[in-house]
Amino acid sequence: MRSIILFIWRNNFIFLFLLFELFSAFLVVQNNSFQRASFLNSSSYIAANLYEAFDSMTGYFGLRKENDRLAIENEKLHAQSIMSYVQYIDNEFIHNDTIYQQQYTYLTARVINNSINRRNNYLTLNKGTNQGVQREMAVISSLGVVGIVKDVSANFSTVLSLLHADSRTSIKILGKDYFGSVIWDGNDFSFGTVKELPTHIVINKGDQIITSGFSTIFPEGLPVGSVEDIEVIAGDKSYTLKIKYSTDFGSLANIYLVSNLLKKEQIHLEDTTRQE
Amino acid sequence: MFNQIFNNSKRFVFLILFQVLILNNIQLGGYLNPYLYVLFILMLPFETPKGLLLLLAFLLGISVDMFSNTLGMHAMACVLLAFFRPHIVTYISPRGGYDFGAEPTVKDMGFNWYLSYTGILILAHHILLFNLEVFRLTEFFSTLYRTLLSSLFTLVLVLITHYIISGKKS
Repeated sequence: MRSIILFIWRNNFIFLFLLFELFSAFLVVQNNSFQRASFLNSSSYIAANLYEAFDSMTGYFGLRKENDRLAIENEKLHAQSIMSYVQYIDNEFIHNDTIYQQQYTYLTARVINNSINRRNNYLTLNKGTNQGVQREMAVISSLGVVGIVKDVSANFSTVLSLLHADSRTSIKILGKDYFGSVIWDGNDFSFGTVKELPTHIVINKGDQIITSGFSTIFPEGLPVGSVEDIEVIAGDKSYTLKIKYSTDFGSLANIYLVSNLLKKEQIHLEDTTRQE
Repeated sequence: MFNQIFNNSKRFVFLILFQVLILNNIQLGGYLNPYLYVLFILMLPFETPKGLLLLLAFLLGISVDMFSNTLGMHAMACVLLAFFRPHIVTYISPRGGYDFGAEPTVKDMGFNWYLSYTGILILAHHILLFNLEVFRLTEFFSTLYRTLLSSLFTLVLVLITHYIISGKKS
């Protein structure tokens, strides 16, 4: 026993090194699993407050671009609002409408930290549980899909961006009902890859890629990107599509958090079916 | 002694802030990323106890991790760097050993010594870090390419910063 202690003491540097490495490796593994909340990340108190202070200084630089973008979005929404439609039928009955039930609610937030230059990228938002943010809420910008909420603290949250090795967003091509999923190969922050669409459907360059609505996270029909390049690898039964993301990940400022009010019901039902 | 602790603490805070607020937002040709903050470990004096070296490296890594959502990765890479440091220092020691009170700087040790010292350690740090981040062997060559380019990028920044810091002192 004494000689073991002596041995460890003599080689304390190596043992200390191994101790630190094992502890760090433990943290890496624990943090890597998407389902588990981690305790030290950029939604933690110190990091998030620092980022918010820095954002309040640098946030002014992108205002012009951001305003233009929001104005364009307002324009679209105005066009959709009830005021922009002429009423052709005068003798309309007013009744309590039960055909439509609200499924999605939206919440705006500001991106206070963002990265696009790593293999796995995250964003930090300035809203948290106090403002109603929950894990696995969808994050979209006025241009398209951004990512999914990963961790939430009281006033901040972190988002797993589409630019992440674990990111798989269920999509389809506008006008066709075949579905696949978008992954990111890690090379360029403006382009993603779609692999599961079968070769017997016709796809053209410039086709719009939208969310399929199959996951309980994203509503159907949100823009994800457009087809940039089409390739069929020999022996493959599906296309390898290069798509250009509609979201400009390099300049994200204001985003929306989407919560699905019927999510629990859908998940519960699907789980029941699977168990039988 | 006290002065040294003060200077190093100042460097610790400054390098972390510079890394997470400025450098983490830089992208050049895809997703290269310089990690200048390792300069803190590189600049610690030769007499730093080995155990303390590991502890400081761990704290440095975990702080950067906290800001970049990569819990444990930077800590692992930094601890590895700190583990290699004494070995590299012995391995490339000049003829006649190190003078008492010498610091790991260009002024005290010469440019060639400094270049190999920082070059080897930065490369070790980056290789572990980038592979941890990607965490799959299928992208081995693209990771290697990025590792080498980023190491070069970091090395240049380390040299520039080193000259700025040591130029101010004299």
